Amino acid sequence: MSAKKMTVHLKVWRQKNKNDAGHFEDYTVQDISDDMSFLEMLDRLNVNLQKAGKLEVEFESDCREGICGTCSCVINGQPHGPVTGAATCQLYMRQFKDGDTIVIEPWRAKAFPVIRDLVVDRSGLDRIITVGGYTGAKTGPHADANSILVPKENAEKAMDYAACIGCGACVAACPNGSASLFTSAKISHMSLLPQGHPLRQSRVTRMVNQMDKEGFGHCTNIGECQSACPKEIKIDSIAIMRREFFNAAIRS
Amino acid sequence: MSITLDSRAPSGPIESKWDRYKADMKLVNPANKRKHTVIVVGTGLAGASASASLAEAGYQVKTFCIHDTPRRAHSIAAQGGINAAKNYMNDGDSVYRLFYDTVKGGDYRSREANVYRLAQVSTSIIDQSVAAGVPFAREYSGELANRSFGGTQVSRTFYARGQTGQQLLLGAYQAMMRQVDEKAVELRTRTEMLDLVVINGKARGIITRNLVTGQIERHMADAVVLATGGYGRVFYLSTNAFNSNVSAAWRAHKRGAYFGNPCFTQIHPTCIPVSGEDQSKLTLMSESLRNDGRVWVPKSAADAKKHPNELAEADRDYYLERRYPSFGNLVPRDVASRNAKYVCDEGRGVGSSGLAVYLDFKDAIKRLGDNVIREKYGNLFHMYHEITNEDPYQVPMRMYPAVHYTMGGLWVDYHLQSNIPGLFVLGEANFSDHGANRLGASALMQGLADGYFVIPFTMGNYLAGFKRDEATTESSEFKDAQASAQGRIDHMVALGKKGGKHTTQEIYRSLGKIMWDKVGMERDEAGLKQAISQIQALRQEFESGVKMQVPEDLGRSQALEVAMRVEDLLELGELMAKDALERKESCGGHFRAESQTEDGEAKRDDENFSHVSAWEYKGDVSKSVLHKESLTFEYVKPTQRSYK
Repeated sequence: MSAKKMTVHLKVWRQKNKNDAGHFEDYTVQDISDDMSFLEMLDRLNVNLQKAGKLEVEFESDCREGICGTCSCVINGQPHGPVTGAATCQLYMRQFKDGDTIVIEPWRAKAFPVIRDLVVDRSGLDRIITVGGYTGAKTGPHADANSILVPKENAEKAMDYAACIGCGACVAACPNGSASLFTSAKISHMSLLPQGHPLRQSRVTRMVNQMDKEGFGHCTNIGECQSACPKEIKIDSIAIMRREFFNAAIRS
Repeated sequence: MSITLDSRAPSGPIESKWDRYKADMKLVNPANKRKHTVIVVGTGLAGASASASLAEAGYQVKTFCIHDTPRRAHSIAAQGGINAAKNYMNDGDSVYRLFYDTVKGGDYRSREANVYRLAQVSTSIIDQSVAAGVPFAREYSGELANRSFGGTQVSRTFYARGQTGQQLLLGAYQAMMRQVDEKAVELRTRTEMLDLVVINGKARGIITRNLVTGQIERHMADAVVLATGGYGRVFYLSTNAFNSNVSAAWRAHKRGAYFGNPCFTQIHPTCIPVSGEDQSKLTLMSESLRNDGRVWVPKSAADAKKHPNELAEADRDYYLERRYPSFGNLVPRDVASRNAKYVCDEGRGVGSSGLAVYLDFKDAIKRLGDNVIREKYGNLFHMYHEITNEDPYQVPMRMYPAVHYTMGGLWVDYHLQSNIPGLFVLGEANFSDHGANRLGASALMQGLADGYFVIPFTMGNYLAGFKRDEATTESSEFKDAQASAQGRIDHMVALGKKGGKHTTQEIYRSLGKIMWDKVGMERDEAGLKQAISQIQALRQEFESGVKMQVPEDLGRSQALEVAMRVEDLLELGELMAKDALERKESCGGHFRAESQTEDGEAKRDDENFSHVSAWEYKGDVSKSVLHKESLTFEYVKPTQRSYK
């Protein structure tokens, strides 16, 4: 319960905009208590910078409870840091020791250009959803929700994949910069539910093609994505995506 | 001069009001729909569902989102579920019962006609969401599962694990993205609304700022929809996300839209307590924990710092069970919150800050076993352990109330239109259907009801009567609004150049402290008056200069964004205090110390306060004028709540 105080040394990536080369800058933050969150430690750094008349380190966060998918730091080489099944905002300073040096970088991928410092542009993920990540049902009266039964097991599995928060850690972790885990999670979610079946073939074809267009790399079964995923989505979804893709190709 | 507001609800029996509205409303010819452009600001449940629905209906939609993608909106954080009067459990639920529970739960400060419609369309929301592929929890039969929630006597809550808000939002977001693909929605992300443009008395557009490049733009439309959420972050610490702010609604308020019931705030009793000065955000733990956890503090303040497991049964005060024998630990949110505050004020609060009470599972674990508790609450226990580094299977959880929803918001009529024609307000951003207190699992219901099933009709009715005039984005109103928005940015930069004693963050935290201490769980006249003068002084300090550095390109800058929010929140905070001061009664989440029963319960004053307070801005909050919409209850007769 009693908070320990520590000092940490930071190496933070600073980059003015996407055309700037970028570089690391060193900072020291003192008097950090171990029940502060990692992002509160960065907040403190920014207050110190403001007081010293310097520009803040730009980083992103929103809900700070691991569900919105906004926060996105590579910490000591790991997207979202050392704790598995947690987003950056769910990382607490008790994971570090007094005197540690922490290296903080943005998501690094060809398809995620840096906007400033630790903030990157992940709109490519939205464009993948735009071409097929939906059932196609329009707003209006529908059959009663219980008129189509869904086996509990399928609903649970669909939920496992639907839990994706769209943070892009899978892309940042992948040596190829592939968005396969993200894309396949949506395809798997939709393919497990009867409501997702009418658009099944066009969905997978268009989403996979869009992934390529955005400059995401190809999947070579490395598996870094599932280790980095804060929602622990499994790469069996990528196998589902491939099966759906081949089925669609054969039938078209 | 004060005016009386008209809700424009259709006449006739409550069961047929909405049907009658739809039968009588004007329609836009299908071929003409694409000639109308509608602006939607915000992409949470209400904004995303409205964008998708309006685009599907045939209108051209321009949607604006403050986040990097619409899927980040704070609706995503709702855990528990969504209510709907499906009666799938065959337990006697009905549209009428959901309506009744909502009016009563809101402590008789909501509009009956709106609440009835909300209950009516609730069932369609579930059908819609299932059709959109939302993976709701199911029974082994393959049918949808329901659970009970928030003390209601029926099981009407649909859920998708502890991520119901996320799944419903993704459903609406995906439907909207499909319309982006169809070129029916033009989506701008990382964009904030700086001002509302009103021409000839009608809302005709907005001024926006690109949060990456800093570019300021004018956007014109035939109508504007605000779905920009609540303003709980005026308290600095809350369960709300960082981008949840009042700015868009406040800018509309300053352009003439009335602000309804600003003081109605919901404080959730079970949140993880503040751990230190640097705390930035509070985390809510589901209300369901109170089903098995027992709330207590030491009987004596001298024991407050002792380890909880060292305290004998006889030294513990299970104060909720003691004071409310029939409801015990399951009293409503406002009662549980206020009582936690009382015991902490007595010096019996626990933890390093003394601002926490225990929520103890020892007896439940003994009765049901580790495994049952793990199955029921495993994810919550894990989350608690991660944040506090304490294992709730071994030591009691520490809990304290936190702000997490605002019932107040821009005033709207039955059409969800504000007093400015053409300005519609949906979801938490409007003063809403929840009266003075919202029931659990009803926020998601309202957001989607407004966006999927109300606005497509009421917007059509408005646009059918809309006559286009000569206005363009070159009109003087647009130019003036852009100039004033630019002036604000320049002003912020100047404040930073001037410098001051504090950073904006520090001023923001001070505002939060004033709000929490004096406009929080319990309010009284002296405290509210103090709050008003303290906030005014703080605003003066802010306006005379702050420690802030803004990048030269005025592009992406957290510092600049926070400063703009803080300026708006300083004004809003004062209005909330003013509204709380004016409403001398207690009701729902608004507890005035001067108005309580002998048992210390909230005491309404129906004779003098059975109305919505709608404030009009007059150049400064101190000059704001109060208008009233009187509330009549034809179906649910007001009674005094009791949980003894």
